[in-house]
Amino acid sequence: MSALLEIRGLCAFYGRTQVLFGLDLDVAEGGVTTLLGANGAGKTTTLRAVSGMLRTTGDIRFAGERIAGRAIEDIVRLGIAHAPEGRGTFVRQTVEENLQIGAMARNGRAAIAADMERVYGYFPRLKERRHQQAGTLSGGEQQMLAVGRALMLRPRLMLLDEPSFGLAPLIVRELFEIFRVLNRDEKVSMLLVEQNASLALDFAADVYLIETGRLVMTGPAHELRRDETIRRSYLGY
Amino acid sequence: MELLLHQVLAGLATGGIYACLALALVMIYQAIDHLNFAQGEMAMFSTFIAWQLMELGTPYWVAFVTTLAISFVAGVLIDRVLFRPIHDAPILSHIVVFIALFGILNSLAGFIWDFNVKNFPTPFGSRPLLGSGLISSHDAGMIGVTILLLVFLYVFFRHTRIGLAMRAAAANPQSARLAGIRVGWMIALGWGMAAAIGAVAGMLIAPVVFLEPNMMTSVLLYGFAAAVVGGLTSPGGAVIGGFAVGIIENLAGTFIPYVGRELKLTIALFLIVAVLLVKPSGLFGRRVVSRV
Repeated sequence: MSALLEIRGLCAFYGRTQVLFGLDLDVAEGGVTTLLGANGAGKTTTLRAVSGMLRTTGDIRFAGERIAGRAIEDIVRLGIAHAPEGRGTFVRQTVEENLQIGAMARNGRAAIAADMERVYGYFPRLKERRHQQAGTLSGGEQQMLAVGRALMLRPRLMLLDEPSFGLAPLIVRELFEIFRVLNRDEKVSMLLVEQNASLALDFAADVYLIETGRLVMTGPAHELRRDETIRRSYLGY
Repeated sequence: MELLLHQVLAGLATGGIYACLALALVMIYQAIDHLNFAQGEMAMFSTFIAWQLMELGTPYWVAFVTTLAISFVAGVLIDRVLFRPIHDAPILSHIVVFIALFGILNSLAGFIWDFNVKNFPTPFGSRPLLGSGLISSHDAGMIGVTILLLVFLYVFFRHTRIGLAMRAAAANPQSARLAGIRVGWMIALGWGMAAAIGAVAGMLIAPVVFLEPNMMTSVLLYGFAAAVVGGLTSPGGAVIGGFAVGIIENLAGTFIPYVGRELKLTIALFLIVAVLLVKPSGLFGRRVVSRV
C-alpha cells in the first residue's frame, strides 16, 4: 500500500542556506506520523515544504500526485490543512470569521455551516466566544481555533506544528483527545511536529527522528519508545 | 448661524470626496503597505475618460458606470503589471514606481486632452436644493453618492465571503494563503476597487474644481490628511477623517481671519504634521507592534 503523503529525497532552502538534506518520510492513509528533533532540526521546515511555502528539491507526493513546486493555495485545495507555528490567528477578526476563513477553499454554504457546528461540537469554548475578536482568546483557545480553522477545510491530511506549545497540561490532554477522535472517527491523517516527545510517541504510530536536517532514525512508536538514545535524549529518563 | 450650518454642509460634501480618496489610499496601504501617491492622478485620468465618453454622446450615468468598470480593470492591471513584480522590493522602489505612474498619467492626460480647463457636468444641477439657501443640489448629490458608496463598501467587507477573504489577505497574508485564499488576486482586487472609488471621487469633484490634469493634486493632499488623521490602518477612521478634514477646511477658511481661500491647503498639511506629532497611528489606527 502506498502512503498518502510520500516524501523522497527532500532538500529545502532558506535563501542560500540549505536546511533539509535528502529527507524521506511517509504518512499512511489514516495514519499519524510524528516528526521529532531538537530546535532547528528542520521539523517546521518539513511542514512548510509540504505546504509549498519554500523552495525545495526532491519529490513530494500526495495521494500519488506530485505537489512539490505548486502554489500554497493549490496544495491546500487538495485537502492538506496546515495549522502553522504561531497558530496563524486572524486577531482582528471574530472567532466565527476565522472559521469561515478556514473554509475559503471550499464551496457550498450549507456544508460549511454544518462543519462550523461540527467544529463547535469539538470545541464548545469556541462557540461561547464566536463573536469575540480572536486576538482576545487565550493561547489554548487560539490553538483550538487553529485546529478548528484547519478542520473547516475538511482535510485529508493535517499538518500540526507544535500544537502543545505554551499550553497548560490539562488543555494539551484535551486537545490530543480531540486529535485521536478526529483520526479514529473521521479518518484524518496527521503529520505532527512536537517538542514534547513523550506526548507525540503516545499518540503517533510512526516516528521519524531528525537532526540538523537529516533523518537519523525511523520506526513504529512502540519500538522507538524503548530505544536507549531516544529515551535519554528526548524522554529524559 | 446660517453661515456656520452652510459651511458645515459644504464641508461634508467635499469631505465625502476626501473620505473616498482616503478610503482608496487605505485599501491599497492595507494590501501592499505603501501609500499610493498616484491615487489622485488615477482618479483624474478616470474623470477624463468619463468626460470623453460624454463628449461622444453617452448619457451621464452610463458614462459614470462605464468609467467605474474601466477604472476597476485598469486598477487590476496596474497591480498585476507594475506592482506585483516588485512585491518584495524595498520601499524606495515602490516610491519610484508611484512617482513614475503619477508622471505618466499626468502627462498622458495633458497629451491626449491638453491642459485647458474643461467643464464637467453634474447630474444633480447646481441650483440650491429645494429652494433653501443651505446647500446646493450638487453638494447634496455628492453627499448622497458618497454615503451610498460607503454603505456598499461596508456591506461588501462585513457580509460577503470575498470581502472577508480580502480582509484576511490584508491582515495575515501567510495564514490566508494557508487557508487557500489567493492573496495575489485579493491585492489586485483591492487595486481595482481603489481605482473605482477614486473614479467616483474624481467625477463628483470635477464640476467643483473643473477638469484638467492637475485637478486632483490638492484634493489628494486632503485625502492624505484624512487618511493620516483617521489612521492608515482603519477604513472607518479614514472616512471620519475625510469628513472631519472637509468641515475643518471650510470652517477655518470662513471663520479664521487670514486663512481665507488661499491658505486652506495649509490646513491639510498642518493636520498631517499635527497628527503625526501627537498620535502617529492616527485617531482610529492601530499601532503596529512587531515582536522580534
